[in-house]
Amino acid sequence: MANLSHDDVRHIAKLARLHLREEEVEKFSRELTSILQYVEKLQTVDTKSVEPTAQVTGLANVFRKDEVQESDATAADLLSCSPLPIIEKQIQTPSAHGS
Amino acid sequence: MAPNTLTIAEAHEQLKGKKISSAELTQACIDRIEKVDGTLNATVFRNFERALEEAKKIDTKGEFTHPLSGIPYLTKDVFCEKGVPTTGCSNVLRRKDYIPAFDSTTTKRLKAAGALSLGKTNTDEFTMGASTETSCYGVTRCPWDTKRVAGGSSGGSAAATAADECLFALGTDTGGSIRQPANFCGCTGLRVTYGRTSRYGVMSMASSLDTIGPLCKSIEDIAIVLETIAGKDPLDATTSDVPVPHYRQALSGSIKGMKLGMPKEYFIKGMHKDTEAAVRDTTKVFESAGATVEEISLPHTEYAVPTYYIICPSEVSSNMARYDGIRYGHTTGDAKDLIDYYHRVRTEGFGNEVKRRIMIGTYALSAGYYDAYYRQAQKVRTLIKRDFDEAFRKVDAIIAPVSPTPAFTVGTHENDPVAMYLEDVFSVSQAMAGIPALSVPCGFSKSVTPGFVEGLPIGLQIMGPQWQEERILKIAYAYEQAAEWHERKPKL
Repeated sequence: MANLSHDDVRHIAKLARLHLREEEVEKFSRELTSILQYVEKLQTVDTKSVEPTAQVTGLANVFRKDEVQESDATAADLLSCSPLPIIEKQIQTPSAHGS
Repeated sequence: MAPNTLTIAEAHEQLKGKKISSAELTQACIDRIEKVDGTLNATVFRNFERALEEAKKIDTKGEFTHPLSGIPYLTKDVFCEKGVPTTGCSNVLRRKDYIPAFDSTTTKRLKAAGALSLGKTNTDEFTMGASTETSCYGVTRCPWDTKRVAGGSSGGSAAATAADECLFALGTDTGGSIRQPANFCGCTGLRVTYGRTSRYGVMSMASSLDTIGPLCKSIEDIAIVLETIAGKDPLDATTSDVPVPHYRQALSGSIKGMKLGMPKEYFIKGMHKDTEAAVRDTTKVFESAGATVEEISLPHTEYAVPTYYIICPSEVSSNMARYDGIRYGHTTGDAKDLIDYYHRVRTEGFGNEVKRRIMIGTYALSAGYYDAYYRQAQKVRTLIKRDFDEAFRKVDAIIAPVSPTPAFTVGTHENDPVAMYLEDVFSVSQAMAGIPALSVPCGFSKSVTPGFVEGLPIGLQIMGPQWQEERILKIAYAYEQAAEWHERKPKL
């Protein structure tokens, strides 16, 4: 039976870029364990010779010409959606290396 | 009859005959929203001034050639419209009021046809839920009993349509999000074949399952909207070039000789007896129209919900990665570095259900677990799809309930995510198989049983093979015309 410990939940949250408070670690470890135990049922299905389905209507390799096309949105429109400062058409984010 | 209560087809006749103007029609919807939406909470953004301006322009032109010309509608708050705030009903977008710089293909096609967007409707956060309770704007209430949920995730669109706030609404259906709220609110809703309508410009939840579709007051209206929005879109590579039929022409005509299957796995312990009775009773209507109904089996039905709750969260965890506070959305000033910024933006912006799904998906996709979870779920998905392939060799269409009970009361599943997931028990298999399915009203609850009252709408689900929207619309139309449940209105 899948059982997510508090440390498992802290690790998953870190991978998902989420901070959890201690009481949330407890709550999510309980809830996520109950979900994982519920989906455990799938392990009983024999799928040895079954191919997985990723694209359900059978489309494959949809191509288009590699041409520059007009879009409704201009670069300025798209940049203006950012909540961060814009400098020379670039978004200024907090430093990746700490301040 | 108040103009906002009309169907699209009826309103179109009146517009064409100059009996009403588009501005009057639009104003009637606005008045209705202002009167009842304080109670229902179906709308989250109102664009009334622009809609009225557009309506007046259309009236001046006076051409009502397209059946959607001058028709006001509402759209779920995940469809981008240029210049209109779109939030996915999430705090990660709400506080900055994300204003898209482009239109979704669907709203663009509707605009080209002359339809008027009145605003945005409530949804579970990024469409994750079955009750609209995970919305950052609070729950949408069922027009038939406001102590109850409207269903979800397209609960706002369903409640607004059923309560005549608009002539139709757009929704999205990933695992039942159009059909289940249509069923709870007593309107009609269609989930299309995967790739029949474009997802471009619509906020993604689970990309291998997401579809765009209409919620309407009649099957004819569904056909009108569908033939306007369906078809290939170069901006969504998963759309198909299978030709779009003239759906309205397919509606009339006999269903004599058609074979319908009723899957035995869709009648389960714990389902509401009135739901079971109303769905089983539809047999009489179909038989008197010359169709036959036989019991069939879809043996992997019990695995549909667990399969869905691996595939969906896995794709959610990937799709939600874009909400990082850089290109759009929530921001924070206190971060000590970039990684801390990501953590703060996402922790403050996402609600609990979104966090749950991101974490389940992150776990299911992580090294060492991928084969056991995501890949195994995709294999079971193949088996679920094969069940339908088998069934459609024997029958033309499948009829079943949409969900096990009518609308439940607000807060019922507050502390139990698995119980909420089980609300999807009859509506996720169709998504797994990529087939079209619709919900059409088939009765009302009659008894007072624990947790339920009388007079709540019940829907019939009709499913067909991929690309056979025409067939299920024809069957639904024959049923609707004979049964006339769709004509009942909630008292608000």
